[in-house]
Order: sequence, then structure tokens, then C-alpha cells
Amino acid sequence: MSALLTVSDVHISYGKVEAVRGVSLDVADNEIVTIIGANGAGKTTLLNAIMGVFPLKGRTSFAGTDMAPLDIEDRVAAGLSLVPEHRELFGTMNVEDNLELGAFRISKATAAASLERVYTLFPRLKERRKQLAGTLSGGEQQMLAMGRALMGAPKLLMLDEPSLGLAPIIVADIFRIVGELRAAGVSVLLVEQNAQAALKIADRAYVMELGEFVLSGSAKEIASNSRVAASYLGFQHEGESAI
Amino acid sequence: MQRLPLVIFAALMAVIPLIPGIPPFWIVLLDNIGLASLVAMGLVLLTGVGGLTSFGQAAFCGFGAYTTAVLTTAYGVSPWLTLPASLLVSGIAAVLLGIVTVRLSGHYLPLGTIAWGIGLFYLFSKLEFLGRNDGISGIPPLSIGSFRMLSPDTIYYAIWIGVLLAAILTMNLLDSRTGRAIRALRRGHIAAEAFGVQTPRAKLLVFIYAAVLAGLSGWFYAHLQRAANPTPFGAQAGIEYLFIAVVGGAGYVWGAVLGAGVVIVLKEVLQSYLPYIFGGQSQLETIVFGILLVLLLQLAPSGVWPWLMARLSIKPASKKPDTSLKLETRERAAATSETLLHIEKARKQFGGVTAVNDVSFDVNAREIVALIGPNGAGKSTTFNLITGVLTATSGKIFVRGKEVENAPPQEVVKLGVSRTFQHVKLVPDMTVLENVAIGAHLRGSSGAVTSMFRFDRAEEAKLLAEAARQIARVGLTDQIDQLAGSLSLGQQRIVEIARALCVDPMLLLLDEPAAGLRHMEKQRLAALLRQLRDGGMSVLLVEHDMGFVMDLADRIVVLDFGTKIAEGTPASIKTNPDVIKAYLGAAA
Amino acid sequence: MNTTILLFLLQDGITNGAVYALLGLALVLVFAVTRVILIPQGEFVTYGALSYAMLATGQVPGTVRLAVAMGFVAFALDLYAARKALHLRKIARSAALNIVFPIALFIATTRLAGPTTPIAVNIALALLIVAAIGVFLYRIAFQPIAHTSVLVLLIASVGCHLALQGLGLVFFGAEGLRGPALSKASVPAGPLVFTGQSLAVYGLTIAFIVGLWLFFGFTKMGKALRATAVNRLGARLVGIRTTLSGQIAFLLASVIGAISGILIVPITTLYYDTGFLIGLKGFIAAIIGGLVSYPLTAVAAILVGTVEAFSSFYASNFKEVIVFTLILPVLVLRSLAAPAVEEEKD
Repeated sequence: MSALLTVSDVHISYGKVEAVRGVSLDVADNEIVTIIGANGAGKTTLLNAIMGVFPLKGRTSFAGTDMAPLDIEDRVAAGLSLVPEHRELFGTMNVEDNLELGAFRISKATAAASLERVYTLFPRLKERRKQLAGTLSGGEQQMLAMGRALMGAPKLLMLDEPSLGLAPIIVADIFRIVGELRAAGVSVLLVEQNAQAALKIADRAYVMELGEFVLSGSAKEIASNSRVAASYLGFQHEGESAI
Repeated sequence: MQRLPLVIFAALMAVIPLIPGIPPFWIVLLDNIGLASLVAMGLVLLTGVGGLTSFGQAAFCGFGAYTTAVLTTAYGVSPWLTLPASLLVSGIAAVLLGIVTVRLSGHYLPLGTIAWGIGLFYLFSKLEFLGRNDGISGIPPLSIGSFRMLSPDTIYYAIWIGVLLAAILTMNLLDSRTGRAIRALRRGHIAAEAFGVQTPRAKLLVFIYAAVLAGLSGWFYAHLQRAANPTPFGAQAGIEYLFIAVVGGAGYVWGAVLGAGVVIVLKEVLQSYLPYIFGGQSQLETIVFGILLVLLLQLAPSGVWPWLMARLSIKPASKKPDTSLKLETRERAAATSETLLHIEKARKQFGGVTAVNDVSFDVNAREIVALIGPNGAGKSTTFNLITGVLTATSGKIFVRGKEVENAPPQEVVKLGVSRTFQHVKLVPDMTVLENVAIGAHLRGSSGAVTSMFRFDRAEEAKLLAEAARQIARVGLTDQIDQLAGSLSLGQQRIVEIARALCVDPMLLLLDEPAAGLRHMEKQRLAALLRQLRDGGMSVLLVEHDMGFVMDLADRIVVLDFGTKIAEGTPASIKTNPDVIKAYLGAAA
Repeated sequence: MNTTILLFLLQDGITNGAVYALLGLALVLVFAVTRVILIPQGEFVTYGALSYAMLATGQVPGTVRLAVAMGFVAFALDLYAARKALHLRKIARSAALNIVFPIALFIATTRLAGPTTPIAVNIALALLIVAAIGVFLYRIAFQPIAHTSVLVLLIASVGCHLALQGLGLVFFGAEGLRGPALSKASVPAGPLVFTGQSLAVYGLTIAFIVGLWLFFGFTKMGKALRATAVNRLGARLVGIRTTLSGQIAFLLASVIGAISGILIVPITTLYYDTGFLIGLKGFIAAIIGGLVSYPLTAVAAILVGTVEAFSSFYASNFKEVIVFTLILPVLVLRSLAAPAVEEEKD
């Protein structure tokens, strides 16, 4: 498998605070990779910087091209897409307008096909297509955010905490769909606090603490690591002491 | 503010006119800088600190100047007697305009001030008794005994004493209970009101304060020029004062003085040298001035003063509160029999959407109750109904047996209900200590004037001591002097808990306190909450981490689409089929 | 009161109000997309009007030189911004917009300007010049600070106003100018006479309102502009360039400003600094409309125009006082109706 996204030795600072320190990762075609860790570990910062929302130091390349000179909009056009933590929907516009804008950079014909695919993946969105995005429930908003990102036919979808604030029962649904994306030829880079669910669908995983990757490996290895179990799978393994 | 730099600055300003051979013109410039500093200082408080942008300050200068002009020329009143009159007229004008304008949020306010600023300018230039466009001349100079301040270098001292006094009083005000309330305004009023700050009153206060400083400047101006006409009080001047504040650094008292210096000297240089370079082209200085301004903002968008301070790496001194000082505390229930919070069929509709649908539940004394449910289930709305941020469409809420009939947040917090927010609402450029001290707002009583003259110190020490104690309680003593904005989100949530504890609450409402915490930190938080409960406090919390909730809560209330679907002990909730179907899913 | 006077004042008010409505719409548009409170809107008005008036006398207005100069600065900024990776296509595109276009405009203006040039050509030239200035103004002054607070943008906006107004004096002199009417036709209606000019004012105002509505409701670019206004980050994440949105907003605003100017310069004499006051009256309408609502802004503008017409008849000395204090009762009503909860964002 060839590397779709390569990030090497990346540092990200807010003023004097270095939030991400020397992180390297890669995502191959048709792969689901997850980064787990507590909030504040730097996961969101890292995803945003890969997307170009913040500047970073280090090398990043996507589908073989250096991303340094590209701004967010160019990266979108290149096939990289981010579903951000706060979803950033167009709240006062309806579902269909939101989805159409997701296809802003692609041709009309491709957009029509994308729309069909998104509606198949999320039938709920089709039911609500004339409803304003801001009035959707949390789970529907997450679906819309993912749908909007998929409208641009990305090669790599980056998801930031898709389960945040959702009922466990909807979380299961969202993760099932993330798992299905691979079949549709989309790679996924998933940032999650819900380590258990993320490790279930991922091929590989990185564990992030205080701005650094402290562990990496196949999702299975990570899930069975005792340190991860104690620290991130937490209450699931009662009786174990924390590190 | 440290005393030494202030004394040095004062001494320096005192010596400048005595330097032999100093061009008299420089003194005129310094007089003008002093006058502009006064207005800009008001704007620092109003705009930079309080977040209320005003383009209309020049009009308040006009009130000050015309008041003394009319009183001295038409009625022969002594100039010193007109000083209080000038300040009073500016203040009253501010009250009238302020009542109308300060309640406007966001962008209405600056636009509104442009409009009445221009309206007042035209009024000055049309009114007969103000001399219309020609204005009033022949204003007598200031005098002490037989010493008449006729020249720019004699009134110089009066102006700069005024500036220094204003700066000291302004800094004293900012560093106080009232000052914290003002500084909290810019981050939105919800957090401030949750701790008892009367935000409309605080806004009006800064508005009046800024207007009185502008009135003082106008009064000096009238006696410096010995004349008053409408031009210096128009829209252009109002815009220029705002420039000065922004160029200097809109949040800093000394930025006002620095900004006044930069802008006035720059204008002067442009006016006197540009014609030499480009010939007598008209209005060239305005063009260059405008361009330089745009350029300056691109280079230092936060102003020159903070830029300079960062270069010199000067940091404010840290405060070490004496934690032996104590505030009075509430009496607490000894047993769990008392119902602290009673919610009866609370309902909230937004347009056609029912966010909270006839929800009823209780929280007893010494009890931890959790409110769970998916996002959008109405949990935060319920919090807002309890704390008075929102008014219920129908239903009743009782706190300790007393019905909270749509009381505003400032009243609810007096009953001993304090809260944290789902989206952290701290003031990022205030220290942890200052942020937490806002929580103790209602446990002090010092007002603006008391603070300006430093009569609030004994109470202030107690408030800070209480804040420091609560910070220690949540384990953040090491971060006490850091700016709140520099902490991680998880730590900021803990700071919010310390702030809520400063209220000395009976009931603590926590909105997702564990979000962003690691496993260990969550356990520490759980231990703290248990300890608070055992000390006689009750906790109502919203949380998504089921492990955390099931472990900690005595009782759980489950909301779904605004409706209560279950209530009971963690064990019964875990196995409740409705909860599993709507919320937990098979995974639990 | 005499009915004829009443009707006459009403007509006058509505004509002025229609112009304020156009300006108010432009202000709302620019604010929503870029968060800039566009004080130099007034300069777009005077630049459009006076460039047109100068062209009508056969002179080449200085504004076209300004457009060329600003184009060079904008190109230099583009080069500087792209210094790390010089993409030939990007540079070529930037050169075409910032260098070739204004120079072509300059050549066209100097060639075409003459005492016999048709009105339509003069209008087109004036519009193109002001449009270029508007787009370059965004690139030079606002794009580099697009991420800062509304206050900083506002101050920068005032800086632009000062510079442009000063330049206006250089270009047009202190004397006022009038331009030729777009049409000499007139339609009598009872005691009133509707001139072709005032009918053009009504027609264009309505056309612009309908046009903007269609643009924002049904076109991809219009929706993208709305999306930028609603959520900037969200817009960037779907690949909408906020710089492009900003430029389009400024383009629309400058064209609307210039058209307003061209519409009124045959009716009233304009001076280099008249635009500021006219722009401010558009503001009042925009504030009454809450800076968000287009129809409310249009209605408010008609109200402002009417109040102005009546007060200039009955209390001409206090005309400006009345117009500008008109805002106070509106603000009172707004603050009474203000919602209890208002989350503030920054």
C-alpha cells in the first residue's frame, strides 16, 4: 500500500506553548487510522494543522505532493477533507444547500453523483433535506458534517471527535458508517477520545499524550496494551490502577 | 502598576518644560497629547476593557468645553467652579445616551455612536446660544490667585496632573471588584451575570466614566484655546480618539498616553514636512495618515503598547493573597432531608421547538445528581432555566422552597446556586486568580468610587484570599498567576469550578466538568465532588462519560428530546430498557 | 399643509431613500461576508459620480491612475504572499487582474475620453474604475488583517476612508461637480413630474434588490458568499476561498456605490467629501435593518430619505440633527426587543 498522507517530525506552537512536538504519522490508501488520547493532548491541533488551519513546522505530503505551499482551499481541492470538532455547518442554510456547498470545488455532474451517494449513506439527511442545518439534532448534524465533507469526493477524510456529545446509540451508527467508507475507497484519519469504539474499526492506531505520540501499532496491539487499557479505556477495566 | 515607573514618568513630565531652549511648540504638542490621552483613557476602559466601541467621545469633549464656555462667558462663573459643572453635564449626557446605547450589543453600538456623534456635532453648530459655527470665544484662562495660565506652558502642569491622576484612578478601578466585573464584560454577559454582576449597570458605569474623562479634556481644551467651536467635537475627531486608543493598544491605560503621543506627533510631522517633500498639495497628510494607519494595524494589530511590553519582556507582578483572611459563609443543611432544588413541569419552547418538555425532578441536600442524555436533549437548557439565563415557558422552579419566578441570574446566584459552563467562559487575558475572584463578586460590596481611591483594600484582600483558597482546593495553586487563556481546556474547566465555589454555593451546577480530563484527573475531580458533598454541598452535573457518572452520582435523571425518560440510581438506569434504547445502546 | 408639497417631499424622499437603500444593501453585504464596516462606501459614491462627471466633460479622472497604482501594490502583495512557492498560473492570474486589467482600463479611458463620448461609455468606464479600486482596496487593506477583530477592521476602514477622501480632493478639486442626466425624458403624474433620472433611480434600485436576491438564493457563488458569512471556517473547509468571497463582496459594494453616485450626480452637486455623509445615511438604514436584513434595510432607507426631505423643508437648519438622531428611537426599540440571551462570539 502506498502512503496517501505522510507527516514527519511536525511541531505546532501557540505563541510560546508547543502543543505538538515532533510527531510523525502516515495513512495509506484504503486505510483507517486512529489517533487516541485525552482532550488537550494535541490531537485536534494536529488535525487542524494538517488541514492548514494552523501553521506547522515539519514536512507534510499528500498523494505525493508537498503540502507546505498549499492553503486550506488547495488541500480540499487535492482531496483532503476535515470534519472539524465543532462541525462548522452553515446553520442558517438548509441541509441540501450545505451538501451542495460541500461540492463547491467539483463539477456539477460529479456533484450530483456525490449527492446520491451521501443520501444512500445517510438516509436521514434525505428526509430532512429542506430543514435548516442549525435545527438538526446533534447526531444529524454530525451526519451532515460528514456528508458535506464526502460531497467533495475526498481521498482522505479526517474526522475530529465524531462521537462528541452524541448518545452512545448514535455513536455506534456513526462508527458503522465510518467503517463502510473504506469500501467506498475513502481513507480515514480518526481522532477520538472514545478509544474503545475507535480501536474497533481502525487498522492502525497512534496514542498521543501531551503533544507526542507515545505508542503506535496495529489497532489490535494498541487495544491490548495494558497502559492504554488503564489510561484510555479507563473505567472499562475496573480495579486497575492508573499510571 | 508598580509605583517606581509612575514616579519616574511624572518626574520626567515635570522636568520637560524646564529644559532650557525647548521649543514652545513642543509644549503645545504635549498639551494636546495630554488632552487626547484623557479621552483615549476613557476609551481604553470603554472599548479595550469593556468591549464597547464608541466613535462619539468627541461629542462629550464638546459638552465639557461648551459648558465652561457658556458659564464663564455668559454668566461670569469662575473657571474652577465650572469644572464640576462640565463633568456633570458630560456625565448626564452619557447617562441619557448610555441608557439607550449600552444595551446594544455587537456592532450596533459603534454605529449608533457614529450617528449620535454626528447629530450632536450638527446640534453644536446650529444652536444660537453656543454661537453656531463660530462658537464661543473670550473664555477666561485658568488661574490660581493672581497666576493666570495664559500660555501653553503654564496650563501644561494642570493638564498633565489631570492625566496622571486619571491614569492612577483608572488603574485602581481596573484592579478591583468593580474592575473585574468591567473586564468580564467583553467576554459576554452570561458568565458575569451568573456571579451577580449587574452587566447593564457596569456598562453604563464605564460609559459615564469615559464621558467624564472626555468632558475633563474638553474643559481643559476650552481654557487652553480660550475658545470653543464645533469642529474639534465632530465625527472626525471622534474617530481619531478611537484610533489613538487602538494604536496605543486598546486594553492598556498607558497605551492611551503612548497612542496619543504617536498619533499626534505623526500628524504634526506629516503636516509640517509633507509640503516640503511634495509641494503644497492639499490634504496630503490625511492621505498619508490614513495609509500609515492601515499599515500600522497590519504590523501590530493589538497596538503599540503591548508590542513594546513584549519587546521589553515586562510582566505584571504576581499577587500573593494572604489566605488567613476569611469571608462569611452560609449555613449548611446537616442532613439530606431538605429538598434544595425542586423542578416542577419546567417547559421551554424556542419558536416551534420544545427544548425542555415538562421536566420535573428534585435535588436534595448533600446529593450528587447527574443529568444525562444526548446532545440537544435539553440538558444545558435545563441548566439555563434553573440559573435564570432563560425564562421557562411554563412550569415552576423552587430553590430551598422559594419559587424562582423568572428571576434573573444575578438573583438566582444569591440563593446559593452557582454554575460552570459547557463552553468555558473565562476571561482569557485575566489571571486564574482574577477569574476565580469574579465568583466572589457578591461577597463584596465596594463600588467604583471606593475602588478608585483605594478604600476597598481590606475587602479586596479577603476576596482574593477566598479565591486563592478555592484555587488551592481544586489543585491549581501552581497556575494561580497564569493567564486563564494559557491553560489547557481541561484545566480551564477546573478553574470554572473554583470560580463557582467562590460563591459559597449550596448547589453546584456543573456542565460537562470531566470533558477534556484524563482518567487520573477525572478520578481526582470525582474525589473533590464527593468531598464537597460530604461538606454539605449538592451537585447537579451534566456529563457524557458514563463511567464517571455511574461511579459518582447518587441519582441520575435521563433526558431525551427534552423529555425525562427515566430517573433512579445508577444501577437501575444501567438496566432501564428505555434508556438503553434511547441513549446507551447495546454497548453499555 | 399643501398636498402638492407633501407629495413633492415624499417623491424627493423616496428618490433619496432609494439611493440610501442601495448603499445600505452594500454595507450589509460587505459586513456579512467580511465583517468590515465599510466606511469608504461613501468614497465609492463620490469616485463613481465625479469620475463620471469628469468623463462627461472630456477629462480623464485621476481615479484611473489610482486604480493602476493600487493594482501594482496588490500584485506586489500577491507576489510576497506566494514567495515560498511561485506557481506560474497563480502569478499569471494575479498579473492579469492586478496589472493588465487596470492598465488596459487606463489606456481605454485616455483613448475614449472626449467631449463627445456617449454617456453609456462614460458610465461603463466610471464603473470599471471604481470596481477595480474596490477589489484592490480589499486586497491591500483588508485581506492581510481579515482574521482580526471587527474593531481593528473598522479602524482600518476609517483609515481607508481618510486616504481615499484625501485623494478625492487631489483628483476632483474642492469644487463641486454635476453630471449629465441619464435621460431627459419626464413623465407627468398629477401635480408631480417624474424625471427620467428619478425613474432610473427607482428602476435600478429594484433591479439590484431583485438581482441580489436571485444571486444569493440561487447561484453557487451567491450561496458560497452566504456560507462565508455564516461560517468562515466551514466555508474554507469546503474549499471556498474567503479572499475570493471578500473580493466579490467589495466588487459588488464598489459597483453599487458607483452606480448610486452616478444616479445622484445629475440631481445634486457632489463634492469630494459629500460621499461620507451619504454613506452614513445608508448606514443608518443598515443599522435600522440590523445589519442583517436586506428588505428591512430598504424600507428603513426610504424612511431616512423621507424624514430628510421633510426636515429639510420644515427645519432645514436641523436637517442633519434630525436625520442622525432618528437612530435613537430605533435603538431604543431594538434594545427593548433585544433577546434576553445573546451568546457573544469572537
